[in-house]
Amino acid sequence: MSEEEPKIGVYVCHCGVNIAGVVDVEDVAKYVEKLPNVAIAKHYVYMCSAPAQAMIKKDIKEHELNRVVVASCSPRMHESTFRRVVDEGGLNPYLFEMANIREQCSWVHAAEPKKATKKAKDLIRMSVARARLLESLQKREVNVTRRALIIGAGISGIRAALDLAERGFDVCLIEKAPYVGGRMVQLNKLYPTDEYALDVLKPLMEAVASHPKIQLLTNSEISMVDGYIGNFKAKITIKPGYVTGDCDACGQCEIACPIEVPNEFNYGLSKRKAIYLPFPDAMPTRYLVDNKNCNKCGKCIEVCQLKAIDLEQQPQEIEVDVGTILVAIGHDLYDPPKGEYGYKIYENVITMPQLERLLNKNGPANGELRFSGFTPKSVVFISCVGARQEPEIYKPLKEDQKLNRDCSRVCCTETLKNAIEIKKRHPDVRVFYLYRDMRSFGRGHEEYYKKAGEERVFFIKYKAEEPPVISNSPNGTIITVHDVLSGETLAIPTDLVVLNVSMIPRVDASDVQTKLKIARGANGFFQEAHAKLRPLETAFDGIYLAGTAQGPKDITDSSAMGSAAAAKAAILLAKGKVELEPIVAYVDLTKCDGCAMCVEPCTFKAITIEEYKEKGAVKKRAVVNDALCKGCGACAATCPPRCIYVKHFTLDQISAMINVSLIK
Amino acid sequence: MEEVEFEPLIIAFCCNWCAYAGADLAGTSRISYPTNVRIIRLMCSGMVHPALVMDALMKGVDGVLIAGCHLGDCHYTDGNLKTERRVEALTVMMEDMDIERERLRLEWVSSGEGEKFARVVREMTEQIKKLGPSPFKLG
Repeated sequence: MSEEEPKIGVYVCHCGVNIAGVVDVEDVAKYVEKLPNVAIAKHYVYMCSAPAQAMIKKDIKEHELNRVVVASCSPRMHESTFRRVVDEGGLNPYLFEMANIREQCSWVHAAEPKKATKKAKDLIRMSVARARLLESLQKREVNVTRRALIIGAGISGIRAALDLAERGFDVCLIEKAPYVGGRMVQLNKLYPTDEYALDVLKPLMEAVASHPKIQLLTNSEISMVDGYIGNFKAKITIKPGYVTGDCDACGQCEIACPIEVPNEFNYGLSKRKAIYLPFPDAMPTRYLVDNKNCNKCGKCIEVCQLKAIDLEQQPQEIEVDVGTILVAIGHDLYDPPKGEYGYKIYENVITMPQLERLLNKNGPANGELRFSGFTPKSVVFISCVGARQEPEIYKPLKEDQKLNRDCSRVCCTETLKNAIEIKKRHPDVRVFYLYRDMRSFGRGHEEYYKKAGEERVFFIKYKAEEPPVISNSPNGTIITVHDVLSGETLAIPTDLVVLNVSMIPRVDASDVQTKLKIARGANGFFQEAHAKLRPLETAFDGIYLAGTAQGPKDITDSSAMGSAAAAKAAILLAKGKVELEPIVAYVDLTKCDGCAMCVEPCTFKAITIEEYKEKGAVKKRAVVNDALCKGCGACAATCPPRCIYVKHFTLDQISAMINVSLIK
Repeated sequence: MEEVEFEPLIIAFCCNWCAYAGADLAGTSRISYPTNVRIIRLMCSGMVHPALVMDALMKGVDGVLIAGCHLGDCHYTDGNLKTERRVEALTVMMEDMDIERERLRLEWVSSGEGEKFARVVREMTEQIKKLGPSPFKLG
């Protein structure tokens, strides 16, 4: 601990008008200047700006400051910035303290400027009290395992895997499904180029399956993740597919199999057998057995010439050491509850993903627009199904239905794309597009809007308060909708209704969240550390996000995010070393009596009791293993003589804050 | 002298990963709540030594809020489970000292729950206003 008398510099930030518009910053600075040990107190328009940073560094030298307090935004925003500044100014970065007078003061007390000003003074007084007791700490440097784990082999996971592998790093790419390609592989054509999804994806699928630097594990899930940045240990469960690598996909087993179940790859629009190839171009190209539906009759084994079927196969667990983890688990599709726009009641109400399969040449109708055996004469698209559900407006059909208030970003252009596709193939088919707002916002997307108009797609704008209604008449299905623009209520006869369903968080996102300890936002998607400054990182160092795991986005953006996350991960992998926070538990050996109360609460088994000799007597004391300690402080909270504590969060520091909070 | 309305002082121990981020989100979303709360950032809610809470209450702090990640979401696996057990023990200690149970509150607030953080502060402030100042309040 620094023995010299604390000389504290305090800086109050205006943050433009974000703070100064509510809090009287000048009054606060005047108040703070009189606090014990405060050498100087200043206020400035933007403390994070370059001139302000230079001012802090200059003041440290001129006024011989040995502590710095900045009262501005959340430390989650700029603590690292200011730690760097004081470091450059010649002070240990841990002699810096931050008071959050924006997120936790001016922004939440905008209507009470007087009280907010008092609270700002209180918060800074508490920070100054803590700053007096701060100690210099040194970061620890550890090696980084030069391998990345990528969870999810959709477009963003594949892109990230190939980028990292091309940079020469080892990649372990795991995928829950028995094939790579994710949701993209089920699409027909892609906007804005009208290429077939499979044509774009196939070379990438083959590349990840054959790249010498990529260990690809399909049908696999993480079962446990442990460790910290640079040194993660992941256990991966490989589910049995009951078919070995010898399979040459001849398909005899499929013919022999007597069991038929709905084909999930075609969203139930066709059937498959209990032993099946997910789709003809599946990578890896290997049959697998659906254990839930297989009755173990053995007919497939009889016909398999290569003896590649092993119904006794067991799950396998492997362990990998990695330096970084990329989460690219993607999204689920909104499953409308029974009755929403007649879904699951009217047979001719389908979802957009189902239409994509219908239009696909490898799909259940061989790419013909045929539904229940005939080509529809009138198709109605309904957008924003399961998206932008406003609590005051949307009436849930299911109990405990979680509303999705977000826009899914891809549906408008996807609907335009498929409306044009239908008009091109069947100019006589009448196509109606029922939308709430037209959001064809991306480059090349607006052209689809124009083109759809030229192709005579009928656009009808409906209000969320008055969603279209489906009904049956002797002449077939009727959609009734109030057109906002013409003011008229229209009754549209139709024989195919397509609901463009939203993207929602994956059902297993909470499981991944629990295993990785990363946060999810209010909408259930994984939360980036900062929307603009750290959009690819989670709050857990060394874990990055890519693709729709983070929120709805299209293939263009998912692919870009995959590359971007790979570039971020590559920084860490290329450095090969990483500095760890010195915020770990520490034992005051003058007080520790070796009672061992701290041992059991430590989840990370970082504390042991050792014997030592002092003046001939054998004594016991607690010892902390720095490499294992994560600084959670469970030990500190249990120690009766209060002699084990977490550095930078000592009981003295916290008590000091409480004591001065009581000052009026 | 004019009678001033009692403004309770509430210390909120917020874990760095969930609750503190939730409080930040209340700010970024501009959700207003009473000015009575003073947040102290800790790495984990499981870091709160019971002595800190008792000291605070016995020095005259009117209420203590401990806020951590939801069960199962703890950044340190199970720090919040330890918090839960300690809070149980603390209520017994508070009973012994004749401190109202309502002066200590444990809440799970995720980084996405700015609204919840604001609601908890609102509720607690109201409740403690009804209880009146801490019996240990000096002067």
